[in-house]
Amino acid sequence: MQFQDQVVVVTGASRGIGRSIAEAFAAEGAKVACVATTIEGASATAEAIGGVAFAADVSNQESVDALFEAVATQLGTPSVLVNNAGITRDTLLIRMKEEDWDRVIAVNLKGAFLCTKAVAKTMMKARYGRIINISSVVGQGGAAGQANYAAAKAGLFGLTKSVAKELGSRGITCNAVAPGFIETDMTSGLSEDFKQMVEKTAPIARLGTPADISPAVLFLASPNSGYITGQTITVDGGLTL
Amino acid sequence: MSEDILSRVRKVTVEELSVKEEEVLETSSFQDDLGADSLDVVELVMALEDEFGIEIPDDEVGEIKTVGAAVEYIEKKLPK
Repeated sequence: MQFQDQVVVVTGASRGIGRSIAEAFAAEGAKVACVATTIEGASATAEAIGGVAFAADVSNQESVDALFEAVATQLGTPSVLVNNAGITRDTLLIRMKEEDWDRVIAVNLKGAFLCTKAVAKTMMKARYGRIINISSVVGQGGAAGQANYAAAKAGLFGLTKSVAKELGSRGITCNAVAPGFIETDMTSGLSEDFKQMVEKTAPIARLGTPADISPAVLFLASPNSGYITGQTITVDGGLTL
Repeated sequence: MSEDILSRVRKVTVEELSVKEEEVLETSSFQDDLGADSLDVVELVMALEDEFGIEIPDDEVGEIKTVGAAVEYIEKKLPK
């Protein structure tokens, strides 16, 4: 039970990678705050894994402040934050609306900033913390139709490295995990051709599953990983090699 | 110099920097005497903001180098 009684906050925990991460922490004894935009979504995961559900809009300062107050009251001080909440509004750049851009940046990038800021003070006091940002290989390589998503995910790398530099002296590490193509609701719209391309190109010749991502997150969140900071672990079956 | 403000600044300093109360003199420099690094100073400033209900802009943080300077700064900022 590597995370026995540690308070772990996972945003975007209702589905996909976030749910799998929440489940993996719970299996290691953590008290998991499952955060989602709706309480129904959060509860579905929380009930399944024995965590506690919280509803919040991570792109909104007030909502994030209320979230972390509630987490502190109900569970205690978080020692691990996983910024996983993310959305897509895919379309080619020339057709991308300002709102598509703003919304994706707000949830995927600003959300991580707000949540990190919310935990930083208490982690500094505790002289311990693990912050893990779920980025994407798309943040490294870009993707046609995902200018907003790729920009937000690339932004997470800059955030990760800056937070690593600012908070390292307080025993807080900040790292990123960059999943490749993982079978979730988010990628369910991808064409069969694309999936076959992944299967042909990647050395590990299959699409990933959410359960492929959580081990990297738990590794970075472990107390033993305290000398790793500002880094990205790419978990893509070797696709982008 | 207000004794009340001084004692509150000393209290906040003791809490934020984990130093002994007797070490915190009016002339003490947060960084040179009390061992604060730049992050500690930011935490201290934020704690002073909370304690006194004031806002200390980033470009004025440089004025607050010693306990006494903090008291003077706060006196200036507090509504009369």
